Amino acid sequence: MRFGIVVFPGTWSDRDCAHAAAAVGAEAVTLWHADRDLRGVDCVVLPGGFAYGDYLRAGAIAAHAPIMTSVRAFAKAGGLVLGICNGFQVLCEARLLPGALLRNRGLQFRCGWTRLGVEGRPTPFTAGALGGPPLRIPIAHGEGRYHADPGTVAALEAEGRVVLRYVDDRGRATAAANPNGSLANIAGIVSRNGNVLGMMPHPERACEAVLGSVDGLQLLRMAGPWRARAAAPAAAVATAPR
Amino acid sequence: MTSSDPDLDRGLARRLEATGLTPQEYDAIVGGLGRTPNPTELALFGVLWSEHCSYKTSRALLRQLPTTAPHVLQGPGENAGVIDLGGGLACCFKIESHNHPSAIEPVQGAATGVGGILRDVFAMGARPVALLDALAFGELAEGPQAHLGRRVVEGIAWYGNCVGIPTVGGELVQDAGYRDNCLVNAMCVGLARPEGLIRARAEGPGNPVLLVGSDTGRDGIGGAAFASAEFDEHAAERRPAVQVGNPFLEKCLLEACQELVGDPDLVALQDCGAAGLTSSCAEMAHRGGMGLDLDVSRVSRREQGMTPVEVMLSESQERMVLVVSRGAEARVAAGFARWGLHTDAIGTVRDHGRLRIADGTEPVADLPLSLLVDGSPERRPPAAPPADRERRLAADPLADPLPCPAAVAWQRILEAGNCASAEWVWRQYDHMVGDDTVAGPGGDAAVVRLRGRDDALALTVDGGHRCGAYAPRRAAAIAVAEASRNCAVVGATPLAVTNCLNFGSPDRPEVMWQLEEAISGLADACRALGLPVVSGNVSLYNDTLGRSIPPTPVVGVVGRLASLAHRIGIGFAEPGLAVVLLGPPDPSAEAGGGLGASEYQRVLWGRCEGPAPHLDLDLEARVQEVVRRAAIDGLLRSAHDCARGGLAVALTESCVSKGVGAHLRPPAMPAAPPGWLAAYLFGEAQSRVLVSCDRDRAAELGARATAQRVPHSLLGVTAGPRLALDGVVDLALSDLASWWHGALPRLLQEGVS
Repeated sequence: MRFGIVVFPGTWSDRDCAHAAAAVGAEAVTLWHADRDLRGVDCVVLPGGFAYGDYLRAGAIAAHAPIMTSVRAFAKAGGLVLGICNGFQVLCEARLLPGALLRNRGLQFRCGWTRLGVEGRPTPFTAGALGGPPLRIPIAHGEGRYHADPGTVAALEAEGRVVLRYVDDRGRATAAANPNGSLANIAGIVSRNGNVLGMMPHPERACEAVLGSVDGLQLLRMAGPWRARAAAPAAAVATAPR
Repeated sequence: MTSSDPDLDRGLARRLEATGLTPQEYDAIVGGLGRTPNPTELALFGVLWSEHCSYKTSRALLRQLPTTAPHVLQGPGENAGVIDLGGGLACCFKIESHNHPSAIEPVQGAATGVGGILRDVFAMGARPVALLDALAFGELAEGPQAHLGRRVVEGIAWYGNCVGIPTVGGELVQDAGYRDNCLVNAMCVGLARPEGLIRARAEGPGNPVLLVGSDTGRDGIGGAAFASAEFDEHAAERRPAVQVGNPFLEKCLLEACQELVGDPDLVALQDCGAAGLTSSCAEMAHRGGMGLDLDVSRVSRREQGMTPVEVMLSESQERMVLVVSRGAEARVAAGFARWGLHTDAIGTVRDHGRLRIADGTEPVADLPLSLLVDGSPERRPPAAPPADRERRLAADPLADPLPCPAAVAWQRILEAGNCASAEWVWRQYDHMVGDDTVAGPGGDAAVVRLRGRDDALALTVDGGHRCGAYAPRRAAAIAVAEASRNCAVVGATPLAVTNCLNFGSPDRPEVMWQLEEAISGLADACRALGLPVVSGNVSLYNDTLGRSIPPTPVVGVVGRLASLAHRIGIGFAEPGLAVVLLGPPDPSAEAGGGLGASEYQRVLWGRCEGPAPHLDLDLEARVQEVVRRAAIDGLLRSAHDCARGGLAVALTESCVSKGVGAHLRPPAMPAAPPGWLAAYLFGEAQSRVLVSCDRDRAAELGARATAQRVPHSLLGVTAGPRLALDGVVDLALSDLASWWHGALPRLLQEGVS
């Protein structure tokens, strides 16, 4: 695997993502916001941070950066795209994923551990963790409350595109387990093709026991078929195995 | 004054008042220059000779502090101090206050405090890896104080989170004495290769001086002078003197400056902080033994019609001044431009030892740097202990028994908030970004790992003891001892200190006395514990309408954990472990029982009096060594500093941390004084650590303590879901947890007691 980690001015989890890439045995290259070349990567990572200061709206300016033209085309062609935290906000602003991330319920920034139930359809990121116990992965955001109109949420649910949900230790999506007031405890959703994942929690912070969890590895290492397919041209559409 | 014309004198008096200079200082300026300064020059002296920039009252006292050790690469005098961690890594750190701005505009005041300390560290060529904050407010039960607390936390969170540096530790205390002057002290720790360290020394005549980052506006003009004056009823009108932060720009500056590390064309890099261009340029040139020619017309402005003096004094944030080799300007500017940052070439290094400022072709100021930077006459205002000192020292808190049942006292102390979980605060701080936080907020010291190495940093801040008003020497020594102990209990060796001295107006004899005594106490403790002071900050004039804050020497310590494998936490891990107290077993054996100026007194008696806790620095060093060695040798299952709130609070935290209770047997004390039980539970006797270990190793631990002449006592065993002290209390952990967790959310969020 070759991860392309996009750096916007104001991005700060690029270094953490590169560190996590090494933990799953992947190569990491930096993709500069002002460039258009994706450098032949297998997976584009839009990391956490405050891209362009999150001025206007979180992710709003970054969605129009030159690199995003290439990311959009890459995603349309089936390339793997992972948006983490601010990256999720950018994906929503870029209309690669539906909905929006609003200010947290309670209006405060929150940093802490959450449990994520892995569900929905198998995707390159989540297939390996499907059916397993909830993942322990931290959040750190002020604007992570997922919101969309009722029709969109219903469609996401019906299509199995809600792939990560805030749950308690026993896997139940309770109000107490919801750290930010997201609709239906939604923590992560995928695109129709399953190749674009946006999630508010930070899997790159949960890749080493010494940091408190290794559950992030399950998402970053990619499920078998896609890891193998990453060797093939990106045009190979990543659909869920039947 | 030098003139005899009364009209002239009145005009001068007004100007001097505006600059904060005294008539004696004015005479020293005229004497040094051999002429009268023009108004611009006078304004420059006003800021550079302010207490904030010149340390004119404290610098003679600060010379007592030990500042050297073999591992010190940079002591005080630069943007930040630096110590050598070995293996090609250096640690750069400093603490600084932003009290005055935070009191007026808490979000921006606190945020720009974080911004300033970050720049101090990355100006040295270090990458910041951790932030810590020491905060003090009035009683949060007063609504406005809770508002202030919420907004300060919001400002710190906003700035630190946006820049992406983890806030890994800190403390929050309340005391009525901070009601009108809250404390916001921010500490930043960074890492660098020793060969990549950058100094702020302008060198090489002919080299260009660049200003990079934010455009310059009228914000923060006079901030340094503002920070050197007392508050009065017009304080809110000073809001324009508070700067406004832009953490996004700071992040870009940080990354761009990191790219310059190791660049042979970078000569000097300096944060443009208090007193703006005036202090950054003057200090950088003076350190290098050079002079500077500056042209203020080259400085990009965000407002029209700014005068040269406004440009020179502006404290617009997110600006850095650098000197590069002649000819490298364009290349360096292109590097900054890649991060969207604008660079102005504003001057040239000269060898004339002067600061010459022009506005285009028109000369504005021409001053010798030695006079401007080093010439402020040192002040030694009269000092005298407060009138009530003897009375307070003579009070005997052991004479009174607990005023209520022990369980009630326990609950009230936890619920008062100074001995409670600060999670409500730190869950708003990103304490994990960077992937290096092994132990974040909530323990005795934060642990931040060093990439590719087995060792790690232990970081802590501590504000000392409430006895500071009448026993400042002891209180300051306690601050050092506790911060150092907090490192030892995670298994680390403390390496060096940074301090932030928060005091009232030194023009009051009792405050000057507190300052003198506190600095002596810091020096005593640092010497005894082998800790050099490598950086720091003095914040005086924390007064409002004639009332001074309690003297508060905040001490930050950086320690080193030889191996992450040695790290231990504060929590009892499982039932059946031996619970041992290392250090003096019975506080009532010392005068006052450790209850003087304790949290127990504050909460239950509303008092601040009695003998200060005894501190034997030699014993302190031995206790720390026993704990550290036992941690390294895997003997300990937990260790927790026993400090504010005494044994009761240490036990609460060790139990609640992992939900494991304890069953303890307090000693029978038939002939004890009335306050014995209060002292046993809540006495703040020093040099004590609450530890747990496997029961079959308790004897070995005891033998080690005995060999080091460290008193130790077996208190009991860990057990079940209750904390029971036979004959004293029997508390459910669920109650303890709800008191301990619930206090600050209730006080801060709802502002109710």
